[in-house]
Amino acid sequence: MTPARVLMNFEVTATSHTLEAYRARGGYQALEKALRTLKPEDVTQMIMESGLQGRGGAAFPAGRKWQGIDPYDGQPHYLVANADEGEPGTFKDRWVLEYSPHTLLESMAIAAYSLGARHNFIYIRGEYDLPYRRLAAAVEEAYGAGLLGENILGSGFATDIFVFRGAGAYVCGEASSLLGSIEGSRAYPRNRPPRMTVSGLFGRPTVVNNVETLSTIAWIVDHGAAAFRAIGTPTSPGTRLLSVSGHVRRPGVYEVELGYAWGRFLHEDCGGIPGDRPLKAVIPGGISSQVLTGKDAKVLTADEMEGLTLDHDVLRKAGSSLGSGGMIVIAEGTCMVRLLQIMLRFYHHESCGQCTPCREGTGWMHRIIDRIVAGDGRPEDLERLYTIARANDGTTICGLGDAAGYATVAMLDNFGDEFAYFVEHKRSRHQGNIECPAS
Amino acid sequence: MKHLIPELEALKRRLPPHQDGVLVLPALRRIQEDRGFIADEDIDGLVEWLGIPRIQVEEVLSFYSMLRRAPVGAWHLQVCHNVSCSMHGAERLLAHLEERLGIACGETTADGRFTLSTVECLGACGGAPVVRVNEAYREALSVEAVDALLEELAGAAPPDTPGGWV
Ligand SMILES: Cc1cc2nc3c(=O)[nH]c(=O)nc-3n(C[C@H](O)[C@H](O)[C@H](O)COP(=O)(O)O)c2cc1C
Ligand code: SF4
Ligand code: FES
Repeated sequence: MTPARVLMNFEVTATSHTLEAYRARGGYQALEKALRTLKPEDVTQMIMESGLQGRGGAAFPAGRKWQGIDPYDGQPHYLVANADEGEPGTFKDRWVLEYSPHTLLESMAIAAYSLGARHNFIYIRGEYDLPYRRLAAAVEEAYGAGLLGENILGSGFATDIFVFRGAGAYVCGEASSLLGSIEGSRAYPRNRPPRMTVSGLFGRPTVVNNVETLSTIAWIVDHGAAAFRAIGTPTSPGTRLLSVSGHVRRPGVYEVELGYAWGRFLHEDCGGIPGDRPLKAVIPGGISSQVLTGKDAKVLTADEMEGLTLDHDVLRKAGSSLGSGGMIVIAEGTCMVRLLQIMLRFYHHESCGQCTPCREGTGWMHRIIDRIVAGDGRPEDLERLYTIARANDGTTICGLGDAAGYATVAMLDNFGDEFAYFVEHKRSRHQGNIECPAS
Repeated sequence: MKHLIPELEALKRRLPPHQDGVLVLPALRRIQEDRGFIADEDIDGLVEWLGIPRIQVEEVLSFYSMLRRAPVGAWHLQVCHNVSCSMHGAERLLAHLEERLGIACGETTADGRFTLSTVECLGACGGAPVVRVNEAYREALSVEAVDALLEELAGAAPPDTPGGWV
């Protein structure tokens, strides 16, 4: 594991999430520094120079997003932290919420100052209970200590944070859908333009950032943009939280410096695959890691993966993406047809139904894959899956439809023979197995 | 829901003014916590309190998987069956629970003690397989651990509201 740490840089104890512990490790100094010594635009400039990219999926430069808002234009602005964390395989924001909620709150106060946001929201997924309670308690602590609310740290700056709980809808993680959810309407994703920094929450300029993206702000303001740039690679500065699951000995949340060698990460840090089975494939960044970056939904095969480094550019060039940081490790002997079946069931279930290609397409693909798994696959089914999957590309309002298509195409591209085998023999080449086979 | 209004009104202090739509989802969640589900009269109360169209509340209600219009059993077992949990035996776990409880997924036992359902990724894949028991996550469950869990719940006092907090 690399030594560079931005977020997981303290020892987790029974009380390390409290305000007292956070302050003891230097917490809220960055807020103090920003309010006393920096102008709002200086903070944005700093984030711009840090090269910080979004950690929610698309790796969009945070500073550039913020520059879409003029803090002095006299209208209300809103900042929303996306803590919906619904992308299958992803559980890294939960680490921040449970173990260092004040990092998020301090960073949001700084960001609110920079963006001129009087009111802010944290949209936390409905099922998260302990993370919610930790976060809500931290918010009360911060209000009690004058770190949120009116006249923060005596600076005259005022901002409020409202913790908003979702109620079980994957699509609400999509930024515009999330805003609809907060507004109390049916949470349909919205077409762009207008960009949300032009017309977002309540029709006002709004920045939506992932929890991890925002939580990095305090560190950057504390240590400076150059220090952040010194970590990671020139095109992917900093670290990322990766949540690792699947067929791996030590699943969990890891912070890695971008550019870290994937092979070393899997075999040394994560302990490799149980039974030392060979690696079959990896889904590097949540099952829709491609969701916001274009044509990069892809399951990487073992050979492709072993030589890679964990870096936005490298994975993009490999035809995939670090996405949401939800890495799923798949051992040899796993039935990819069954895995795709689960993924397609998920997309079908979660489609909001607004766009025909997504609503119908995910349903058709789900039925076809169910039929294949039931042993009733037809020779034309694979071609049909391809056709439907490709029809989603770029024809839908939000990335969910694309993701379903990309995931399918990537599976068929990489494991076409396994799918063909299932259709022809009416059974799985791997006995339908998706658990890590004992060896 | 009327008795909850003062508490819900208090939420306004950290919200932008005149944006009461924001309260719809928090209110529905709070009502469900209180009653165990959302009844017709709750919708009436919400419509009256916020002065919004009833259809808006109905639309929100139907959008979210966690909101329910009918009660569940005292213990609501939600088995995550997404990719990582299935890779660690979630499907076996579900089949075992169906057999042990004598119900199919989506059903409630005749004595009203257990409801069994599936859920998509709970954001706890490192602890796969995961079952959400009312509000709490139980992680890294084996078939034996599920048996122990059922035993534990059989001996436990049920929560005040079905499927709710203990
Ligand atoms: C279907 C769908 C689900 C999404 N879910 C999440 C999520 O749970 N958390 C998240 O941060 N971003 C999610 N996103 C991405 C958001 O739309 C948005 O790009 C992101 O929150 C921006 O933050 P960032 O720039 O800091 O990465 C999702 C996107 C789509 C299309
Ligand atoms: S792509 Fe799918 S989920 Fe997204 S808006 Fe369209 S129908 Fe809804
Ligand atoms: S797949 Fe079950 S918690 Fe993520």
